[in-house]
Amino acid sequence: MQIDIKPQTQIEPNDKMTFLSRTWSKLSNWLERTSGSIFLWPAVLALLFLSIFPLIVSFYISLSRFSIALGGFELKFVGLDNYNRLLFGREQTHFLGLMAPPTPLSLFLFGLVVVGLAVFLVRYIRSSSVSLGGLLGRGVLVIGVAALVWILVHTLGPDGRPGTVAVTLIYVFVGIFFQYTLGLGLALLVVQKLPGRRFFRVVFLLPMMITPVGAAYMFRMVTDTSKGPFAPLWQGAGLTDFSWVTSPWGARVAILLADTWQWTPFMFIVLLAALESQATDVIEAATVDGANHRQIFRHITWPAILPVSLTLILIRMIEAFKIIDLPNVMTNGGPGTATESLTLQSFIAWRALNLGESAAIAYMLLFLVTFIAVSYVMLIRDRVVEKV
Amino acid sequence: MNFIKPVGILVLFVLLAVVAACGAPPTPETVTVVETVVVEKESEPVTVVETVEVVKEVEKIVEVEAEAAAKPFEGVEVNILTFVGPQVAEPLQRRGPDFTELTGATVNVVTVPNAELYQKALADLATGTNSFDGFLFAPQWIVDFAPAGFLEDLTDRVHNDEALEWDDIAPFFQDFNSYDGKVYSIPLDGDFHMVYYRTDLLEEAGLEPPRTWDDYLNIAKTLNGQDFDGDGEGDYGSCIAKARAQQSYWWIYSIAAPFIQSQGTSQGAFFNTETMEPLVNNDAFKRALEVYKETTDYGPPDELNLGVGDTRGLFTSGRCALSLDWGDIGTLAIDPENSNVQDKVGAVITPGSTQVLDWETGELVDCDETTCPYAVDGVNYAPYASFGGWAGAVNAAADDTVKDATYAFFSYMSQPAQANEDVTIGRTGYNPYRFSQFLNRQLWVKNGMSPEAAANYLGAIEASLNSPNMVLDLRIPQNQSYQQVELDRILAQYLAGELDTDQAAQEINDAWDEITDEAGREQQLEAYRATIGAN
Repeated sequence: MQIDIKPQTQIEPNDKMTFLSRTWSKLSNWLERTSGSIFLWPAVLALLFLSIFPLIVSFYISLSRFSIALGGFELKFVGLDNYNRLLFGREQTHFLGLMAPPTPLSLFLFGLVVVGLAVFLVRYIRSSSVSLGGLLGRGVLVIGVAALVWILVHTLGPDGRPGTVAVTLIYVFVGIFFQYTLGLGLALLVVQKLPGRRFFRVVFLLPMMITPVGAAYMFRMVTDTSKGPFAPLWQGAGLTDFSWVTSPWGARVAILLADTWQWTPFMFIVLLAALESQATDVIEAATVDGANHRQIFRHITWPAILPVSLTLILIRMIEAFKIIDLPNVMTNGGPGTATESLTLQSFIAWRALNLGESAAIAYMLLFLVTFIAVSYVMLIRDRVVEKV
Repeated sequence: MNFIKPVGILVLFVLLAVVAACGAPPTPETVTVVETVVVEKESEPVTVVETVEVVKEVEKIVEVEAEAAAKPFEGVEVNILTFVGPQVAEPLQRRGPDFTELTGATVNVVTVPNAELYQKALADLATGTNSFDGFLFAPQWIVDFAPAGFLEDLTDRVHNDEALEWDDIAPFFQDFNSYDGKVYSIPLDGDFHMVYYRTDLLEEAGLEPPRTWDDYLNIAKTLNGQDFDGDGEGDYGSCIAKARAQQSYWWIYSIAAPFIQSQGTSQGAFFNTETMEPLVNNDAFKRALEVYKETTDYGPPDELNLGVGDTRGLFTSGRCALSLDWGDIGTLAIDPENSNVQDKVGAVITPGSTQVLDWETGELVDCDETTCPYAVDGVNYAPYASFGGWAGAVNAAADDTVKDATYAFFSYMSQPAQANEDVTIGRTGYNPYRFSQFLNRQLWVKNGMSPEAAANYLGAIEASLNSPNMVLDLRIPQNQSYQQVELDRILAQYLAGELDTDQAAQEINDAWDEITDEAGREQQLEAYRATIGAN
């Protein structure tokens, strides 16, 4: 028995070990396979909770109407009522703007854009890489851009009035144009070996460090021509009885000024980095070959910073669509609704406890930003790929 | 059992530390009370009493209890939400420490911009967050808040509170702070619009104070551009705060009211009392819109961006001949530190009209005995009790002690001892609402108003308060949507030239109709008729 037992006891650890090692290897295999998702789960849950869940809830809110009920509140489902009101109902002139009847000029401008879009579509169809998905995407792009241009040419005309969509588009595109041009100009200046360029590099960056509400209050004071710092100049020019921020375009320009002041540094710093990281040997070679500054910029610098510029504009564009702080503080969206952006319109609706409409505006903004960003990426992708 | 002793002592030390942190220096008193408190609360009565510390400890507890009896709300914190001010919140902040001294309760005043106050209060109550125990807001909103059960019924409290002297408050304001026969808020302020004018300038120009809105425009036009303060710059004929998302949307009804309402308060100026159709798409309201817009021509160039704080400042610095405001300019003008127009300011009831709306045709007709039964010298006046004055309401979901403390604070603020002083100080933003404030003019004279000015100022308010054709502010459910949201936006668009007169009237009409239909036309009509006494 002892003999029997001994071998058994001798064998047992081995069996145990093989069993253990098998179990362990199974476990570790299992762990190996699943650890990825186990580690991912907390992040996924957090994401679901913080991002997807609010997205779904806010979508539901955009389909409902908020009201006070006994001891709390209720959300009544109203279908697409809120969207309907924005696009076709009472809020249409506020949201899309008041469209003037078409004039020869507006039709001509619109026609130009349509021709451009048609050329774009035809060129794609003729190209070698045509696909159904690509065609569909470009079709949506063409229709969307045409609709936006139609709104812009008819609301910006003399009898029209831009709604919050048009005003936001103006803030985004006009603002970015000036911010990019100024940012590039400043970056080109600072990249020269000029005295004091380190100092100016910091100075040019300062506006970006200031809180937007602070900047907005500052500009509110600067643009106030009856009490602000420029009041004496203004009065000296004999303009005592005129306040430019009480006219719709004056107020919009004031907001664009503040926005440009605030965001040019962002363009500046990224473009400066792009300019400084250029390979100097190519430029030196071009100089040796007798190229002038303009030629160097056109053929060497510009292609080198183009990919960065396009990405920079995309980031800034997505950000710029959300503008609210400046118009809210500087003009309260006024005079009238002249400086109201989409986000501000949504905020005002929210402040009035019109949660459904507020969420609907936010969703329209989401669609608009996504549409424009995707279209932009679609347009620049080929360009950047070709150049690089 | 050995471990109980150290534990017991430890517990007592902790208690001692806590009590020492809260309490004042001890005054040794009865030991009998002590024993019950400590022993019952803490643990088995075993060894605790043996130590010397125990006795000391005990004394402190008694001390705190004695203190608590003296100050009923010791340690209670009261959070109050109100408008950012600086007026309105200022008296709460200034008198908070006095109230703490008196009762032990600490008062925290949280302020938000006017356009956010309704939303902030409602969101806090409706979601059950209840971070505020009291609200100093527009009594108009009670109609939304009270039926939902958010506000504490204060009826018994105000009637049993001798120091408050509820009967001293003018019945109109008592009523304005009630809903369905129950009192839900305590007024700290009484509000009417009035027109202020510069007595010296009008006298110089040989002009009488305005009786009608046409007079107002004439005076403004005549005096606009003249140099009032001798600085070489032209000054303004009329200063009215017209900034969006502030308090500007009220003025239009002070102008429109005499054109629309002539048959007494129960006729109503906002809606047709038969159909609930808005009374805006007619000649009377359009005329008011035109008057309102024309005043901009005689005002500061940036008038569309000015809030009431700005226009008050302009008026008291001597740059405006006329202004439309609540009672505030009257008291601000006597402040020697900030006013250049002491004893140069007169106040009159808001101007009237010699023509009124014919409800059948929607056109303006001349005033006669039937069309304007309350006319004075052929002019129909309809003073507008706009806003109704800031009032304090108590959150029904707060703890009972906190509710008591919150009520006590609002009561303290409204008691004649405090209120009668506050209404005479311009920076408080509070205007008279008690009989004692109207009758005792000594208070005003003491604070720098000349007897004539006091008579003139209080007379204008009394004339408004006593008018049988007074226009009551809108108190139906969702009144905030009608006025602060839609009316405010459309008026801003109209002033900015985005809409013409017809479009503006049509837009207000459509927007209001939509709100009415959403809320239920019948129910809104019933509420409207009830609030103006048309039943």
